[in-house]
Amino acid sequence: MFDGQIQYLQILDENGNVDSSLLPPSVTDEFAVSMYKYMNFARALDAKTLSLQRQGRAVTYAPLIGEEATQIGSALAMRKDDIFVPNFRQHGVYLVRGLPLELYFIYWRGFEEGGAIPANVNGLPVIVPVASQMPHAVGIAFAQKYKGTGNAVITYVGDGGTSEGDFYESINFAGVFKVPLVAIIEDNQWAISVPRKKQSAAETLAQKAFAAGIKGVQVDGNDVFAVYKAVGDAIASSAEGPTLIECVTYRMSMHTTADDPTKYRSDSELDAWRKKDPIDRLRKYLVSKGIWDDSKEKAMSDEQASAINDAVKKAEEFKGDPKSMFQHVYSFVPEVLDEELQDSLANNFWQGTGTGNESP
Amino acid sequence: MVSAINNALELLMKENNDIVLLGEDIGVDGGVFRVTDGLLAKFGENRVIDTPLAESAIIGTSIGMALAGMHPIPEIQFAGFMYEGFAQLINHAARYRSRSRSRFTVPMVVRVPVSGGVRTLEHHSESPEAFYSHVGGLIVVEPSGPYDAKGLLIKAAHMQDPVLFLEPTKLYRLFKQEVPEDMYEIEIGKANVVSEGDDLTIITYGTMLPLVKSVVEKKGVSAQVIDLRTINPLDESTIIEGVKKTGKAMIVHEAPLSFGVGAEIAARIAEKAIYDLDAPVMRVASDSFPYPFPGYEQYYIPNEAKISKAIDKMLSS
Repeated sequence: MFDGQIQYLQILDENGNVDSSLLPPSVTDEFAVSMYKYMNFARALDAKTLSLQRQGRAVTYAPLIGEEATQIGSALAMRKDDIFVPNFRQHGVYLVRGLPLELYFIYWRGFEEGGAIPANVNGLPVIVPVASQMPHAVGIAFAQKYKGTGNAVITYVGDGGTSEGDFYESINFAGVFKVPLVAIIEDNQWAISVPRKKQSAAETLAQKAFAAGIKGVQVDGNDVFAVYKAVGDAIASSAEGPTLIECVTYRMSMHTTADDPTKYRSDSELDAWRKKDPIDRLRKYLVSKGIWDDSKEKAMSDEQASAINDAVKKAEEFKGDPKSMFQHVYSFVPEVLDEELQDSLANNFWQGTGTGNESP
Repeated sequence: MVSAINNALELLMKENNDIVLLGEDIGVDGGVFRVTDGLLAKFGENRVIDTPLAESAIIGTSIGMALAGMHPIPEIQFAGFMYEGFAQLINHAARYRSRSRSRFTVPMVVRVPVSGGVRTLEHHSESPEAFYSHVGGLIVVEPSGPYDAKGLLIKAAHMQDPVLFLEPTKLYRLFKQEVPEDMYEIEIGKANVVSEGDDLTIITYGTMLPLVKSVVEKKGVSAQVIDLRTINPLDESTIIEGVKKTGKAMIVHEAPLSFGVGAEIAARIAEKAIYDLDAPVMRVASDSFPYPFPGYEQYYIPNEAKISKAIDKMLSS
């Protein structure tokens, strides 16, 4: 008889209190500080990109604010050679995994060159259609098992994405093939304007794991320690099969820069979640332990702002080459495509049509 | 053609350990058309993988395998079921190379039985090549016989691109052909001039090639017959060169007439060879509605009479 139950994990509560019996030993004071720095870095990066978008210097952008614990906790739990397969909001994961910020900003300026993720990052480019990257994660995980690398694959999906066919098909495949996959539901309560309760009648999203015969766990997604532990445990057991982890968090800003959340949700809801802010609670913890203070905060912010500004500057120097559009469709340039390219070149169709950042 | 494809798969799997087959009923059952028959016994269930029934995940998982350095050859059971995986092909297989500026590529061959005439149920007889050719980024190949099937499949699996390999079910067992035992490649992106002739140029592929050849032979017309072999990218120069020589162009395909491959070819002929033509371009194709039930399919697919009549009309103009 099936009698599955979903466990809920919280280690760091919203007042900064820690259940030390659950805290992994690898979370030293020093490590907790680095978590905090990454979470702030992610929020600063997010604010900068949003501001660039508002100035017309970045394309439509999906902010991460509020979801730092889920992203940073999970990314820090990955081992060096584990591979992550994001959707479109996991900027904090790229940050932790060492994506050069210049490439990040080139992507958000609207150039595919930003999708050429360097090998050492061990991650895939941004994928826009929700959950559609999950089967890729299953295939990459299959390849790890097939080649015996021992690496795990970590993928991300939102609460809305769990309604997609690709979500169900992927966890089902992962279960049948017993591949080393960790699927993280970044349950931020909103799929653009549709609230979590209208997305699924299931009490938890983690319980969808039962249907696929894989492990499922729900964690406080604003608790970086809990996310770190749950993802770390899932990675450690990935050789035995996949895990689905629901991180319950909150999207504190808009879905993307193209919508206005005041149209569909209340200030009181937002205020309630502000009290659960993932960064505030970690700061309370660090301050209470005497390992963080205002001067450290200031030094950190200055350092991060300067790194971000340097990257923006470099990214804005990048000039796209429209020819590259033709050169990366196939492994070769077919005659019919080359003819279209030559037509544009010979007739100077590209001259004066760009944003000033292309170099035909 | 079934054994030629089976043989190609076996040679490819022996050559490259990163090649795996996955799909519905391809293992023990050897596929519903028995194309993968015997391969499970030869290569084991790690390489010949029966999957759950989910076309999007079959293609999506294959994309992931390819991104991670493997070279999967998924099979979709029928063309009409392929639409479940359409988004994966269009949104990801076709775009991964460009979205990462070739940092990530999707080397894979998606095999799928296509076209009708085999008296089967709804959704088992579609000719969907135009959809997949329209998007760009996907190579679309359709063999017209055993020899071509083997050489094209081997070439497809040696490329670093996503290739859609359309296998006309009607041709699986229609006729035998001498096929070399060893590996050989047939160029992709290059059409095959099947026969030379002076009266007209007939451009065709897949199920229609045997039909066209038979009509041409029976009528004793001097026709240049071009078998596309690759739908996308289109071998435009072979077509234009041929049409310029004969001055008459006819396109014959099983897919519906409207917005199809024939329209694309006709447009290119109009752009590049219209002053060399001495008759309007003609298209012979199935009618412009979804594939009918098998009771009506013989009225739908172009037959010899339809092709023959078109040739008469073209030569009398």
